Formats: sequence, structure tokens, C-alpha cells
Amino acid sequence: MQTTAQSSAIDSLRPTPDSLLQVESVSYRYSQFELATTSFEARPGELLAIIGPNGSGKSTLLDIASGHLKPLTGAVRLGGEDLHRLSPRRRAQLVGLARQDTPLLFSFQVREFVRQGRHPHLGRGLFETETDEQWVEWALEKTSLVKLAGRRITEISGGEFQRAVLARTLAQRPRLLLLDEPTANLDIGYQIEMLGLVRNLAASENFAAFIVTHELNLAAELAHSLLLLESGRCLCQGTPEDVLKSDLLSRVFRTPVAVDHNPASGRPRVTWAMGPAS
Amino acid sequence: MIVKPMRRNVLALMAVLGACLVMVSASALAIGAVHLRLSEVWSALIGVDPHSEANIIVRQIRLPRVILAALVGAALAVSGTVLQSLLRNPLADPYVLGISSGAALGAIIALYAGGRLAAASPLMAFGGALVTIAWVYLLGRRGGRLASYTLLLAGVITASFLSAIILFVLTLLSTRDVRGIAFWLMGDLSVVTDVQLRILGPAVAVAIGAIYFFAKDLNVLLLGEQEAAHLGVNVARVEALTFLLASFLTGMAVSVSGAIGYLGLLVPHLGRMIVGSDHRTLLPTAALGGAIVLVISDTLARTIIAPAELPVGAVTAVAGAPVFIYLLRRAAG
Repeated sequence: MQTTAQSSAIDSLRPTPDSLLQVESVSYRYSQFELATTSFEARPGELLAIIGPNGSGKSTLLDIASGHLKPLTGAVRLGGEDLHRLSPRRRAQLVGLARQDTPLLFSFQVREFVRQGRHPHLGRGLFETETDEQWVEWALEKTSLVKLAGRRITEISGGEFQRAVLARTLAQRPRLLLLDEPTANLDIGYQIEMLGLVRNLAASENFAAFIVTHELNLAAELAHSLLLLESGRCLCQGTPEDVLKSDLLSRVFRTPVAVDHNPASGRPRVTWAMGPAS
Repeated sequence: MIVKPMRRNVLALMAVLGACLVMVSASALAIGAVHLRLSEVWSALIGVDPHSEANIIVRQIRLPRVILAALVGAALAVSGTVLQSLLRNPLADPYVLGISSGAALGAIIALYAGGRLAAASPLMAFGGALVTIAWVYLLGRRGGRLASYTLLLAGVITASFLSAIILFVLTLLSTRDVRGIAFWLMGDLSVVTDVQLRILGPAVAVAIGAIYFFAKDLNVLLLGEQEAAHLGVNVARVEALTFLLASFLTGMAVSVSGAIGYLGLLVPHLGRMIVGSDHRTLLPTAALGGAIVLVISDTLARTIIAPAELPVGAVTAVAGAPVFIYLLRRAAG
């Protein structure tokens, strides 16, 4: 497994001509945790999923790839620009990061909430232009929130709120969209809708999307490529077919796992092979 | 109702509220121990007969007080709005959090020291406000996040502690010419000098203008520090500067009028109900609304038990404390 990680890291150091995001040999260290040197890249229109157990470094990698956490080594380039050298505003014009734990003590209308995504584009002006408003409406439309646009953000359902967070990030018009557990707390219908939407928008708007998720099957169905982390090491990356192997997953997640194929899509399907509860 | 944040709407909003402020102020000038007709107020303002009784009442007694109320009201309401957004707590208010008490203590110390320092009492009030904000902020932070109730408790305890110190210092000073306990702890607009107004006017206007410059950053900060950073806001810089400006406004207000309570809570709350949470519309609404509410409160304070006068803080507390309790219960539920 070590050889796979090494060789894939070396391979991705040579950016493919059409790659948009290059994460080059980044590493990081906290007092209790170390993210070993990791490299990967993403093309426009591509949906990349980071998977791995709790505490494997997924969120750290997301923070680094978004340009907010400066890695100890390596660099992150988006369309040739080093994300960690950009001003916060310039970076926010290029990178949208959506988390679900937004604490909201003040009530906004959904439209006001989504409008905040235009902040990095406002420049010196104090008010949104017609173009800004058009992107806000576009984001509301894409996330089917037009009818809810006048509702208070504190009064909509969990699934609608996740969509509003996505809409705000879309209104940013980023070239790289990062989503930290975008499907947490959503029922299966919303999960599929949410990731399907991200995948389709990435293709139609030509941005790269990058999600952290615990939903292996959802990632298998919808992501173009996967990256598997364990204890701060990138174990392997590639297509769902390459990454979702039963022996590997069983070891990483410390529980017996079987992988077969979803008869409908032909994509890998992960099932927990644990016996019935005693 | 939500007012869409556009230049045209903000100007229209300010025109409407400005007209309300003018009407309220005109009534305040007319009402009092001697009732005047609005035409008499007008004649006095344009100075038809400089020696008439109406002229003296309006220009020398009531007008300075109305201007003071408007400036202090605007300063406290904007300061409250900013504190609520920065602390992400709808219950934040310079008085509730003890910041007004800190400012009062600063001003009292300056006056006690006397001499040159006494003239710098507004700056000492600013310093007192700043130190108290920093203290309450640090106490209210738990594990890198602001804990809503911890922050409130820290503020309330700080306020009560500082009030005790103020009482102590004022008792020591009882023979000196420092204003009384009711003035510093409750707030009072009854004494004002032209010099104070000349300093307060531009100081309040400039500070509110400077805060407005950060209006769209404050919007994003309502989403949380992390989200704001992701949306390109230089969080540390914006927070430091707006905290400084809010302390400055509180310090300026307290140094001339003592610790008037709940205005910074009541007015932003009303503002949010009327125009929404966008600071580009909320800040001007809070400034003009604060001016209107304090002019009305002060007019009530000097008329409801005439010829005696209440400290204006008693009136704002009677109106503001129930709102605080309502918001507290809503936040808990």
C-alpha cells in the first residue's frame, strides 16, 4: 500500500495540462496529529471526495486546500495562483468553502443569507450591483430556493438550510468549491439531491468540487475520484473502483466490509459485513 | 419587513427617519414646564426676538439638551448594534455588559485626579470602555468560541462590580465637585455645556461614519468568524477597529451623560424588526432611531413628574428591561 501512495504522489506532481487545482506535497502538524505529505489534483468539472475515518485529517486537508490553513511544506495552486499567497478577498473570489455548523443568532431572509456570497466581489462599492443580484437569483434557482427566498433562515428545515449554504457558496462563483460533510444530517433523498446538484453544477459551470464525506456509497456513485485518508496519510487515490477495496476499507475502518457492485449503476457498493447483533 | 440594501433605499430611509427626528425634537422643544406653540419654537430658533422668554427657554435650556439626547442616543444605539454583531449576541448592550460602567469609572477617575486629566475625561471614559470590553470578551470566550450566556453573565457581574467601585469612589469624593451617583449609574441629560456638544457632535458623527464603512463586513461577521474569513474578510482587523469605535462611542456618550441603559439593546432590536439585519440599512436606522428614542425618553423624564425630574436612564430602563427579558426568553426557547 505504501508503494501505491508513493507512486501516486509522484505521478500527481506532474500536473496534467488541463488540471485546475494542484495540491503539491502539502503536510501539516498539530501537537497530536500529523498530516503526511499529500498531493493530488482536480480538473474543472470534477467532483473529488475525501473519505476516511474520524480524525484521519480530512478537515485539515480541506482547510489546506481551501487556502485558509498554511501547510508546513508544499503549496496549493488554483489556475496557477498560489492560494496561500493571495489576499483573503482575492482567495474568496476563487474558493468557496461551505460548512454546515454556521451558528445563526440573527435572523436573515434566505435571500440575504445567499447574498453574503457576493461579499468578496463587492470591491470598494458598498452595495451590490445588478450583476451581483443576478448571481444571487441564479444560485437560488439552482438550489430550488426561489420560493423560500423570502423566508427566515432560522425557520427553514435542515435540508433547506444545507441548500442555502450551498447557494451562498455558489453565489460566490468560485472556481473551487469545497464542502465539509455537505450531506450530514440529511435524509437519503436530500443526500442524493445535494451531491447530484454539486456534481452537475461542477460540470456545467466548470469548477472543481471537493467534498469531505462519510457517505462511502454516495461518494462511489457521484464522485469522479476518491482520496482515502488514514491517520494523516493518504493511502490511495483514484476512481471509486480503485479506492473502494474490501480489504483496504476493512482495515482502515476497523470493521469487516464487503464491496460489490450496485446493480443499477455498476458502481462499487460498500456494505458492512458485520454479523447480526448479538 | 426587510429594506433591500440599495443606495436609494438607504437615503430614503434616512430621509424618513430624519424627518421623524425633526418632528420629535420640535415637540421636545415645545413641551416642558412652560408649554410653547410650535410657531414660538420656530421663532425662537430663527431668533426673531433674542430677548423673549421663549427664545431663552428654547435656545439656552431645551435645545442643548435635545441635541445632547440625539447625539448620545445615536452613539449608544450604534455601539449596541456593533457589539451585538461582533459578539454575535442579540442581548449585547454597552450597559448590560458593564461597558458603560467601565466608561463611567474612567471618567470619574479623570475628574478625581483633576487638573489636566479632568479635561480628558471623555478619553478616560473611552479607555474604561475599551478595557471593560476586552475583559468581558475574554471572560466570555470558551474554547475559542463566544459562549452566549457566559458572556452575558460576565458582563452583568462586571457591571455590578464596577458599580460598587463607582459608589466607593464617589463616596470618597463626596466633598468634591463630581456629579452624583444617580448621574453616573443611571444616566442623566440635564447638564450639558456648549463645549461638550462641540466635541461630542463631530466625534459621534465621525465614529458612526467610520463604522458604516465596515457595514458589509459586519454583515458577514454575523455568520461567524470562520465564515467571514472564508468570504474574504480580514476578521482580526475589522473586529479590532469596530470594537475600538464602539468603545469610543460608548465612552463619549457616558462621559457627558452617565450610564444610560438598554438603549443599545432596545433600538437595534426595533431596527432589525423594521429594516432587517443588513448593517447598511440597520446602522443608519439605529443611529437615527437611537436619537429619536432618547429625545422622547428625555422629554418624558423631565415632564412626567414635573416639576421634579427623573434621570433619563430610569425611563430607558423601564422600557428596555422588559425587551431584554423577552429576548432572553426567546433566545433560551
